[in-house]
Amino acid sequence: MNDMSIMESTRAVQDDVKVAIKNLYFYYGGAKPSLKNINLSLSTNQVTAFIGPSGCGKSTLLRVLNRMYDLYPNQRAEGEVLLDGENILTPKQDLNLLRARIGMVFQKPTPFPMTIYENIAFGIRLYEKLPKSELNGRVEKALRDAALWNEVKDKLNASGLSLSGGQQQRLCIARTVAIKPEVILFDEPCSALDPISTAKVEELIDELSDKYTIAIVTHNMQQAARVSDMTAFMYLGELIEFDETTKMFTSPAQQRTQDYITGRFG
Amino acid sequence: MTDHTVRAFDRELELLGRKIAEMGGIAEKMLSESIEALIRLNVDEANAIIATDIRLDLLQREVEEEAVRIIARRQPVSVDLREIVGAMRISGDLERVGDLAKNIAKRTVALANDQRLPRAMIGLRHMGELAAMQLKDVLDAYGQRDVERADAVWRRDVEIDALEDSVFRDLLTFMMEDPRNISSCTHLLFCSKNVERAGDHATNIAETVHYIVTGETLPVDRPKSMFGNQ
Repeated sequence: MNDMSIMESTRAVQDDVKVAIKNLYFYYGGAKPSLKNINLSLSTNQVTAFIGPSGCGKSTLLRVLNRMYDLYPNQRAEGEVLLDGENILTPKQDLNLLRARIGMVFQKPTPFPMTIYENIAFGIRLYEKLPKSELNGRVEKALRDAALWNEVKDKLNASGLSLSGGQQQRLCIARTVAIKPEVILFDEPCSALDPISTAKVEELIDELSDKYTIAIVTHNMQQAARVSDMTAFMYLGELIEFDETTKMFTSPAQQRTQDYITGRFG
Repeated sequence: MTDHTVRAFDRELELLGRKIAEMGGIAEKMLSESIEALIRLNVDEANAIIATDIRLDLLQREVEEEAVRIIARRQPVSVDLREIVGAMRISGDLERVGDLAKNIAKRTVALANDQRLPRAMIGLRHMGELAAMQLKDVLDAYGQRDVERADAVWRRDVEIDALEDSVFRDLLTFMMEDPRNISSCTHLLFCSKNVERAGDHATNIAETVHYIVTGETLPVDRPKSMFGNQ
């Protein structure tokens, strides 16, 4: 492939917008917005990383993307989040359906206190009625996708809580992919994991990006550099810079980005 | 620029910068002194230059080791990463300049007994002065992270190339005139090539300074002399 067609194909991928965030403001209750006029897009089958100091709004942004904030009556978002062109912030949006399309993996592994098999099957049953054999296939597929199958195939009836931290996190990822989402949100998925488990999850994110659009919030800048195609740097509720990860980590355009990623902040 | 939160990181980068500055000083001195020694066929000076080169080689090794250590321990990004990659490149260029000056000094020793030196020596001296000036300028540009000054050095290299062409012609004529000149002129041809290459290293450093400061690379094609290379 010559240079030109590489550039064109890259652009084609980038033009393929999965989630478009437009003029987004978010309020935790008061009059002061926690997110101020955020505009950016997640491209299909790309990994987008959100970095920034604590309280910059990156986790808040992730919580808006699957309307997690709806669990709290005082919190509200203004602006638009378009999933395949449709605004998911409208009141008529079916939240269960939305969360099936946009799955989320949290900081601490949160397996349900049930068997490994049930941890996966539980979610699938909420959305689909499947015959037993097909359900077994889906559970296996999810565990394989999460690179956990070989470690648990002989003990599917053991408790999910009996797994190690890293395995539990991959179980949560399996649970998320089992219901075939289109977008997966990772909120600091490795901060409670040891380096080897972290590497496994990062490898998994790389593999998952073939099929899913991924957003990841991380405090570990090296992790953002390793796993993402695009990186967004946020500060005090604002999006400071959004660019290709390679560009962001070799020569960012904004001084504040530079100060943050090189450890010169404050 | 603001300091790093981890101050040890700043100290390490400073140390790296100081070593480059020291290397720059030595390489600059070696280059101008080697030309002086050549013009005056001063064997003692030439031998002193040859002895200095070891210090430069040692410093280069230290810069590389320090840079690798920083990369391993700090995982630098952005401007820090460019600084470190830049330091490694510049130390390589300066070490080569030292080698070229040393080579001129060695040839000076070989030429010392030859009294029939051509007019081309004047051009060679001029080339040497230009190259030394380019090196000095680019090291100042590095010290001040001054892109414009680095870019000016980068554009000026064409002058050294043009001078090399004329020195080459002079030497060629001199050799054709009397075959007994061939041996000494061959040494001088190499000297002139060495000076031209030292100039190239100065432009390499200019490119590196440009990259460190802006994160962008200068075009691959540099301005070239009208005559091209022989």
